[in-house]
Amino acid sequence: MSDSRTAAAVEGTATAHGGNPALLHHFETVEQQRDASSLGMWVFLAQEVMFFGGLFCVYLVYRLKYYEAFVAGSNTLNVPMGAINTGVLICSSLTMAMAVYSAQIGKRKMLMFFLAATMLFGAVFLGVKSVEYKQKFTDHHIPGASFSTAEFEQKDHLPRDVANETQIYFSLYFAMTGMHAIHMIVGMVIMGFLIFHSWRGKYPPGHYTTIENFGLYWHFVDIVWIFLFPLLYLISRRH
Amino acid sequence: MSTALITPAPTMPRDNYLNNGYGVRSWLLTTDHKRIALMYLVTITFFFFVGGAMATMIRLELLTPAGDLVSSDTYNKLFTMHGVMMVFFFLIPSIPTTLGNFLVPMMIGARDLAFPKLNLASYYVYLTGALFTMYAVISGGVDTGWTFYTPLSTSFANTHVIATAVGILIAGFSSIFTGINFIVTIHRMRAPGMTWSRLPLFIWAHYATSLIMVLGTPVIAITLIMVALERGFHLGIFDPARGGDPLLFQHLFWFYSHPAVYIMILPGMGVISELVTCFSRKRIFGYNFVAFSSMAIAVFGFLVWAHHMFVAGISTYAAMVFSLLSYLVAIPSAIKVFNWTATMYKGSITFKTPMLYVFGFIGLFTMGGMTGLFLAALGIDMHVTETYFIVAHFHYIMVGGMVMAYMGALHFWWPKITGRMYPENLARLAALIIFVGFNLTFFPQFILGYLGMPRRYHAYPPEFQVLNVMSSAGASILAIGYLLPMIYFMWSMRYGRIAGPNPWNAKGLEWETTSPPPTHNFAETPIVTEEAYAYGTTTAEVQRV
Repeated sequence: MSDSRTAAAVEGTATAHGGNPALLHHFETVEQQRDASSLGMWVFLAQEVMFFGGLFCVYLVYRLKYYEAFVAGSNTLNVPMGAINTGVLICSSLTMAMAVYSAQIGKRKMLMFFLAATMLFGAVFLGVKSVEYKQKFTDHHIPGASFSTAEFEQKDHLPRDVANETQIYFSLYFAMTGMHAIHMIVGMVIMGFLIFHSWRGKYPPGHYTTIENFGLYWHFVDIVWIFLFPLLYLISRRH
Repeated sequence: MSTALITPAPTMPRDNYLNNGYGVRSWLLTTDHKRIALMYLVTITFFFFVGGAMATMIRLELLTPAGDLVSSDTYNKLFTMHGVMMVFFFLIPSIPTTLGNFLVPMMIGARDLAFPKLNLASYYVYLTGALFTMYAVISGGVDTGWTFYTPLSTSFANTHVIATAVGILIAGFSSIFTGINFIVTIHRMRAPGMTWSRLPLFIWAHYATSLIMVLGTPVIAITLIMVALERGFHLGIFDPARGGDPLLFQHLFWFYSHPAVYIMILPGMGVISELVTCFSRKRIFGYNFVAFSSMAIAVFGFLVWAHHMFVAGISTYAAMVFSLLSYLVAIPSAIKVFNWTATMYKGSITFKTPMLYVFGFIGLFTMGGMTGLFLAALGIDMHVTETYFIVAHFHYIMVGGMVMAYMGALHFWWPKITGRMYPENLARLAALIIFVGFNLTFFPQFILGYLGMPRRYHAYPPEFQVLNVMSSAGASILAIGYLLPMIYFMWSMRYGRIAGPNPWNAKGLEWETTSPPPTHNFAETPIVTEEAYAYGTTTAEVQRV
């Protein structure tokens, strides 16, 4: 209902636009519209940087403060699984870039294929991640009442209070990877819509801004992992 | 513009955004920035009165030294929820989401914001957050203070911390959406000829505000998420029992919440720049300085947060640096105040209601700002922190500054929004009542604080009673001052005199279209050929106001 009303109200301007249906009524030109949505996405990503920045800042403060505990905590993580996941995400970035390329050259089936492939890689990542999370549960590495410091006191010979500080490490591990995983889940839901829309033919040649913007989001989420993997898995390890 | 002295009585335009559809859906699903602005206006007014009701209870309790009206637990909840409601659900969205939403596209000659659907989404996201918080209020409230300091909020409080925090988190997304929308709109949607140096200062202020919204809000979001995770899932990020650092929470909290003060005041400053030029019939004094002082406030605002923590145990050297940086904020703020007064110098000033609020703003903001310098000085801060001196200081900025500007803006643009004038004499009376009521409420609190009355207690020693009674009496006068405009604004929507396109003879693109404006703002895209505030530059201009 509201659409028909708006359509009636902008009839005059629509003809001035040359009747391009993809051009929204409040923009003058297609270039302006594309510029606006692309800038909007970049500003949104700046916001995301600050969001994860808060977490990284907390990580930095505590790592400086409780280095011993961070080393002990980091040693319990499964590096091969983290490495596999890193590879999986890099592959998903490649397929995402291919999806953007297919949208640019206007190949609908190719676009759908690459979006589905990206989604698949995302699912593999989350699958591996959930195996890792489950391991943490069985090892009593979840901060809170069931957390056990015994392992760190016996194996790593840490005094009790330092062993207790590993809870900070695991709190951050779950907060950081958890926030990252939530961003991936959101991305995969959006990707589902994108596949549906491209199947319906909503992205004809020349209308790839939506896909391109989503690509930016997906690459951002990947980059966050590229930082998380060394910070949590690698740099604090005992060599 | 018009040279005729006698103009025919204006009539309401036949097609405008208000009569373009009457059904509920035409409002609830609209993507018109003007209608969304009105929906925000109604909603934030509601939360303003909710927060005001809490303030009423606080002032009633403080009439007598004994804690007799409410228990100390209830009192803790009252001041917490007063703060939460007023800060997150009234002050932060106040000018940007109502007047900003309405005016940003109009002032730059655009048909709408860059992302109209995102704008509508921001309204519903805000509403969801507000309802979450209202749920927390109704189901028993929250008592940690609006600052949610850990470990009180994570380990000890038995109230609805998670629901409140989630509510604020959700409302934060709405703030981010609005910020993104404004930034992109100002960058990409300006009419031909609307260069950066011709932008109205209201736009510059909103640009600076949007930057803070986009860069600050995500930090409070992640901080509140960590608090909620700690409460709900026993993560230990701020828990001292496991080595967590409660001070780190304060750093993160104030990293957003201090810039948030500038989210609240900067749009108000933008409003004052518009009003002071119009009612002095003069160009703004030092356009570039006023514009860039907004940006400077936004930048400096991110560098001063730890001045809220001088007594919390940060290092002396850090405190000295933050004290110095806090002084720096005074420079751009003073530039604005001096430039506004210089604009008035030798202007033809008329004392219309919006101008009365300008005078109120400049005087009260200056007092609030100057006492801010007292607080930025380490020695005095040790003496008066956590007393009523602080309470008085930030109410002078928030209520004396921000709400004054908000009221002035509502009066100034009311004819544009509704097409009708408010009753001028009654409005002047209300402005006077607000000014008197405000000062009577909050000036005694400076003295109380200096004498050592701590904030956040429901009982106090009897020697403070006289000043507290004055404060409570002032609060009731202030309440009348706020109720009056609500009544006559609603009255004027039906019975007010028809305003015509430009009742103030003001400059600015928003005055060049009809009042109320058509759905797409302008019949055709305007072309800008002159600077902002070109008052008195054409000889033909006739003083009509």
